[in-house]
Amino acid sequence: MDIIITGLLLGGTYALIAFGLNMQYGVARIMNLANGEFLVLGALAAFWIFVADSISPILTMLIVAPLAFFGNWVIYKALLMPLVRRAKNKGQLEVDSILATFGMSFALVGIMVSIHGEYFTYSYLAEPFEIVGETFALNRIVAFCFAVLIGVALWLWLFFTRPGMAMRAVSVSTEASGLVGINVQKMSALAFALGGAVTTMGGTLISTFITLDASVGVIFTMKALIIIIMGGVGDIRGAIVAALILGLVETTVARLIDPGLTLAAAYAIFVLVLLFRPQGLFGRKPT
Amino acid sequence: MSHENEFKSLVWGAVLLVLAACVPLVANGYWMSIALTIAMFTVLATSWSLFSGPTHYISLATAAFFGVGGYLVGTGMSDYNMDFWTMVAIAPVVGAVLAFLIGIATLRLSGVYFVIFTLGLAEMIRTLVSWIQNNFTGSRGLYVLTDLTEADIYIYLVILAAVVYLVGWWVNRSRLGFALRIIGNDETVARHVGINTATSKVILFTFSGFVAALVGALIAPRYTYIEPNGVFSPEISFIVVIMALLGGTGRLWGPIVGVIPFALLQEYINANYSNYSTLVMGIAFLVIVYFLPKGVVGRIEQLLARRGRSTW
Amino acid sequence: MVATVLSVANATKRFGGLVAVNNLSFEVHQNEVMGIIGPNGSGKTTMMNLISGALSVSEGSIGLNGRFISTLTASQINQRGIARTFQLVRVLPGLSVVENCMAGMVFGHRRLWGDQARYEAGKLIERVGLSGKEAVPVGSLTYIDQKRLELARALASSPKLLLLDEWLAGLNPTELQEGIDLIRSLREEGITIILVEHVMDAIRSLCDRCIVMAAGSKIAEGSPGEVLADPEVVKVYIGEDV
Repeated sequence: MDIIITGLLLGGTYALIAFGLNMQYGVARIMNLANGEFLVLGALAAFWIFVADSISPILTMLIVAPLAFFGNWVIYKALLMPLVRRAKNKGQLEVDSILATFGMSFALVGIMVSIHGEYFTYSYLAEPFEIVGETFALNRIVAFCFAVLIGVALWLWLFFTRPGMAMRAVSVSTEASGLVGINVQKMSALAFALGGAVTTMGGTLISTFITLDASVGVIFTMKALIIIIMGGVGDIRGAIVAALILGLVETTVARLIDPGLTLAAAYAIFVLVLLFRPQGLFGRKPT
Repeated sequence: MSHENEFKSLVWGAVLLVLAACVPLVANGYWMSIALTIAMFTVLATSWSLFSGPTHYISLATAAFFGVGGYLVGTGMSDYNMDFWTMVAIAPVVGAVLAFLIGIATLRLSGVYFVIFTLGLAEMIRTLVSWIQNNFTGSRGLYVLTDLTEADIYIYLVILAAVVYLVGWWVNRSRLGFALRIIGNDETVARHVGINTATSKVILFTFSGFVAALVGALIAPRYTYIEPNGVFSPEISFIVVIMALLGGTGRLWGPIVGVIPFALLQEYINANYSNYSTLVMGIAFLVIVYFLPKGVVGRIEQLLARRGRSTW
Repeated sequence: MVATVLSVANATKRFGGLVAVNNLSFEVHQNEVMGIIGPNGSGKTTMMNLISGALSVSEGSIGLNGRFISTLTASQINQRGIARTFQLVRVLPGLSVVENCMAGMVFGHRRLWGDQARYEAGKLIERVGLSGKEAVPVGSLTYIDQKRLELARALASSPKLLLLDEWLAGLNPTELQEGIDLIRSLREEGITIILVEHVMDAIRSLCDRCIVMAAGSKIAEGSPGEVLADPEVVKVYIGEDV
């Protein structure tokens, strides 16, 4: 029972991170391998600010979000749009954006390592909290609650506003969206920036209960990728369900078998999805 | 290529081979070590580009196969008292089987899934191997003790490089090479002209896994002490990709053009600014994507073509 | 009794809730040129994709010379003798003109290679009107020349059935006449062809028979003259009460 709730708490936070990548890949069609590094940046910021001034990471999150938004916007416009313009087909854009974001992720890791090479962690709300008679870490619960809050806000925006609808349209078909008058380029840039901001916020939240270091971004990128592929690219329900499943599986494996095997477990899920349902749980079968 | 041109390239190849084999005669310890690194990456980058070049499926699995090769030698010799050469014979077969399984699982899907899958593969195998070691075999590192000198290993790798070049040369002239080029241009068309795209891709990918594992096995004695974090380092995958793309995958001898300068650059960075090696790799990727999408060789060929001279 | 080359029986294709092809049945006979016409979105290209194996049927079956092909992959279907061109021209930019043409004859049931394949490719290049352009980079070819190249590639496999998906689209009047003449000459060689087209002149002058699709279903079948005079067909193209 304890495992289930912890797993769900973890999964909920993962869902937020996957949300970010989902917007970048599902809408802007950029497979952003530097996504994990932005997560780490968010975490690093929370760490610094907490250690320096004891300011709550939640507040840091609010500061960091617009910065991340702006940063990702610039990256999209300056580095990624030239690739979009240059690509002759979708496949080439994917390869190019993978290599470019790869390069970015290395550059970011390199910069972060030279600034802060060691592990960083801090103690925030590391108190016990009771639910249904079992105790859990308060920080995990708070992180989960905020992840849900942000997720719901995003969901409302996507489904109840015009720009949100435009964004969903672009994720279904860039051609068709263009034909109905949506400015695909602007939407893509917006999605990329928003996705980056969301991921960074997720990083701030996750730093409250997980120890990170500068090089761990790639593992989070992998997990986010596994989640969105398992849920179906572009599909929000799917990503949430997949994230919860991943959180549950990881926690179960960590507690019952061995914490060293969590990545292998995530991978195993990934392989199963690729083998049996590559379009994901909720994805449309490719035509 | 006409017969005359083919003959010329074979002669060139033989000459370069002989020159490469003479390196141990003139090089001292430091340069021998660099030559060995260059030889290792030449084999890895060239075999990588035989698959990833024409199909544009960027494989990041090199470290996984390389690690498997090195690890099998390590565990075989350390834990089971096997002979070095026996393990060198077994390792590539295991690498090939692993590549085959990965290939049939992922190559049916689009290139993106393949890249992502291979991205985490080395890391996943590393955690798995570490776990097995911690819980079952006890030791963390494995000793590989042989009489081989760096020069010996160098010669073996040069021979292996020659084999890879021959295979590449043969593939390029064959239907299989033609099929791969078509697949890389437009996979739908490839299917509609009767190519079994999955089979073609799997064959080449299996070969690259075979070679990478063999390299990992052969070079294990150089490190003497094999450790999962070392042999399965994802850096190996990234460096191989950078080198091959930097040189250019359009020609068989493209990758080596990327290997030599980048290996030297790495040496220099590691010696003087080791904190920045990751940053250097990032910049290298960005330079390739934005300025040299077809690699140095490809760029030179483009410039020559524009000047009106025919390329060979 | 003329042999039936292709028989489509109750073919249906669904994409989730959308039925793109609805219970379609028709036959194509040896040496015939069959036209498939209909307004945009009626499912014509989807039907071609079902025949060529690019998509699989949700229901129904397709047979080539008496053997089922609806469960085969596109490359297997090509091996059995079906070749096609695509609505949006798909030439191979990284290969030369000759290699593009050769691509069609290397892997199919012909399996030519080397000098012989190059020779045959050369003949086909001449046949489709591309002589003299062998050294032009494929990406620099004009639109109609790219279409010719794609046709050469399709012909390279000596197909039993040739599928032309809006091959005449986007051509100016001169090119269009050249294109129609080219297809007519193929027909005179005895190749069986299915033509998806919007250009009515082509349909009238080339097709022996045609079927009309609308919203995935067949609404008419017969000679071009009959079909184009059918009031149902007119309604579907132009609207009610003309």
